Amino acid sequence: MTDTTENPIVPGTRPDLPPPVTESGVIGWLRHNLFSSWWDTLLTLFAIYLVYLILPPFISWAFINADWQFLPAVELGEKAPEYSDCTSGGACWIFVRARFGQFFYGFYPDAERWRVNLVLIMLVGSIYGLLSERIKQKKLIAWFFFAIFPIIAFLLLYGGLGLPVVPTQQWGGFMLTLTLAGIGIVFSLPLGILLALGRRSQLPIVHLLCVLFIEFARGVPLITILFMANVMLPLFLPQGVDFNILLRVLIGVTLFASAYMAEVIRGGLQALPKGQYEGAMAMGLGYWSMMRLIIMPQALRVAIPGIVNNFISLTQDTTLVAIVGLYDFLNIVRAGSRDSNWIGTEIEGYVFCAFVYWVFCFAMSRYSMRIERKLHTGHKR
Amino acid sequence: MALAKGAPESGAAADPVASQAVVFWRDERKRGILAQVVVIALLAGFFWFLLRNFLIKQELSGAPPLSLYFLQDVAGFQLSFSLIPLTLDSPIGRLIAAGALNTLLAAFFAGIIATFLGLIVGIARLSKNWLISRIAATYIEIIRNIPLLLQLVFWYGGVLTALPKPKDSISILEMVFLNIKGLFLPMPIFQEGVGWFFMSIAVCIGLAIAIARWARNRQMATGQQFPTVIVNTAVIILLPSFVFVMLHDPIGWEYPIKGAFNFKGGLTVQPEMTALIIGIGISTAAYVAEIVRAGINSVSHGQSEAAHALGLKSSWTLRLVVLPQALRVIIPPMISQYLNVVKNSTLAGFIGYADLFAVIGTSQNQTGRAVECVIILMVFYLTISLIISTVMNVYNKRAALVER
Repeated sequence: MTDTTENPIVPGTRPDLPPPVTESGVIGWLRHNLFSSWWDTLLTLFAIYLVYLILPPFISWAFINADWQFLPAVELGEKAPEYSDCTSGGACWIFVRARFGQFFYGFYPDAERWRVNLVLIMLVGSIYGLLSERIKQKKLIAWFFFAIFPIIAFLLLYGGLGLPVVPTQQWGGFMLTLTLAGIGIVFSLPLGILLALGRRSQLPIVHLLCVLFIEFARGVPLITILFMANVMLPLFLPQGVDFNILLRVLIGVTLFASAYMAEVIRGGLQALPKGQYEGAMAMGLGYWSMMRLIIMPQALRVAIPGIVNNFISLTQDTTLVAIVGLYDFLNIVRAGSRDSNWIGTEIEGYVFCAFVYWVFCFAMSRYSMRIERKLHTGHKR
Repeated sequence: MALAKGAPESGAAADPVASQAVVFWRDERKRGILAQVVVIALLAGFFWFLLRNFLIKQELSGAPPLSLYFLQDVAGFQLSFSLIPLTLDSPIGRLIAAGALNTLLAAFFAGIIATFLGLIVGIARLSKNWLISRIAATYIEIIRNIPLLLQLVFWYGGVLTALPKPKDSISILEMVFLNIKGLFLPMPIFQEGVGWFFMSIAVCIGLAIAIARWARNRQMATGQQFPTVIVNTAVIILLPSFVFVMLHDPIGWEYPIKGAFNFKGGLTVQPEMTALIIGIGISTAAYVAEIVRAGINSVSHGQSEAAHALGLKSSWTLRLVVLPQALRVIIPPMISQYLNVVKNSTLAGFIGYADLFAVIGTSQNQTGRAVECVIILMVFYLTISLIISTVMNVYNKRAALVER
């Protein structure tokens, strides 16, 4: 190999040729991802047709042909808005605008709505504080969120300490949905941890009771538990004691969710290698210190995606409280579109409702995916 | 796992002489027993309290004692749809049975839709085609983040009430009609000799299994391959069609015929049932798709690369290497999805389909027998979930990777 020095082409002396047009840039991307074979091309064409069938009609219905503005007469307060105000043939968003206050606050008195807003601001603030990586005082915020906030929220929402009482019959709409989901989340997590520990306990009776409870709650639909809380629970309470229906529903929802939470946390516990337990025991830690200091921090971390998924289904399951006559977000939208002024607005109501639920649940699922990605290192290509 | 045992609270337990002197609340074992006794006592007290309240209330209100005899009473209400014949004097028990059958019927069809749609979407989600994969992902993300009840009322109240009136129904080949009153399908009418046709199908399936087994044994023994798929397809299609022709059309079809107000004849699927099946099917399909995707992704790249390195075609790689391993991951969550389908069908009451929960709710309203109704409901769902989880455990034992 002596003649390589006489080769006129020395690497690096001439400019590199650009990559072929068909392999790079937009064309290359299209070729690789959409038209790599005749079958692929066929699929792409089919997909484009599908999108064409769905998207343009939807956009023209929801945006281009939709009614957004109140009539001038309505703005001046001369007449109430109604369905016949919508004339353009698309979506009648006037309905949502007209009913927005009710959708959000239910039948909460107008003058007291600032209380709901205040609770909401505190809720959003503390959740942001708990999740954001930039804020470090997690322990403080967690104490506030799990110990002090529920009391403040109760006082503000229900009343007391000088604030006029708003009975729970007047709660409704999105605020009720958030209350149900929030309380369900806050109470089902610790209960789920206890149940999961009980299920893995060495004590046979505790183990048996936990298994029975978890399997029972997971074996029946939520709606039957709500039914039970509604029609059967009152029969078993002492004479004269009457539970608030909202409280009964909350107990049902929380117990139901805690069984699912327990199974997710049990998964997290099982994912820990035995060495963690043995190490903790070798350090001389007792059962509860071992769980609190060594096992739970790791197990919960592994279980976060599952826990968040449970939060999502809990949020969605709150729609079922309509069966006991509570006006949650979905039920109040349904009731609104049955109003004689608004007959024909069912699709608008459902689409709006779906959009709100979607935003919330999608945000939660993205968060859980981010955590999952953060935890899932290695074995990746 | 020895979690609680063998974790001495102090160094004293290591010394046999000192451990005798340990006070009982320092002894892990005795403490465990004590804790369980306390738990049992608390629980027993709690239930005793509930029962006492119940009995006192019963006595005060003069309500009849708990019994299931009310199931024999005449119901006094009717179901909009039922698989078993019902009359106005049918007992409540019969209506509840009809409701349970309705639940199972809807769940069965919703499960079928969910399986097939979910499989297609799950595979589409993994497609190398960017657009197809994005569409599948959009479908999954939209469906999974919207409550099922909202989807059901959307299909029922939003879409199905927007369907045309009977006189301008949507028709497919003048055989299947869709309008606001429901879905109308041709109904098969079995004629004389149809038994032979079904028997020939059964025989052919048996024959196909035998051929497959013989071919596999021969390949194991000699290495010679046999075109099993082609031969078996031919056997299963050709023989029954021959019998079908010989019997001169053993199956007739009764087509729905347009009447004055609605269609007559044929098979009618109520709009409530259509909405329930479509709604639950489409919603569960999104979850099934994610299960399928996770299952296929769970098979590590090394497996398919090794299969390619051994010279297997890509279709064989999928069939012999990837799928068997993916199925092990896919099947357990699939079974819990089927369980979810049964449980979710309780939402039927919201859209007016007479499932078990709706019937029980009405019965409770009419008779006031809350405890009995709740017990029937719970027993039904617990039995189903017990059956399904037993099947799942048996499968898990057979399919689980045997390690260590």
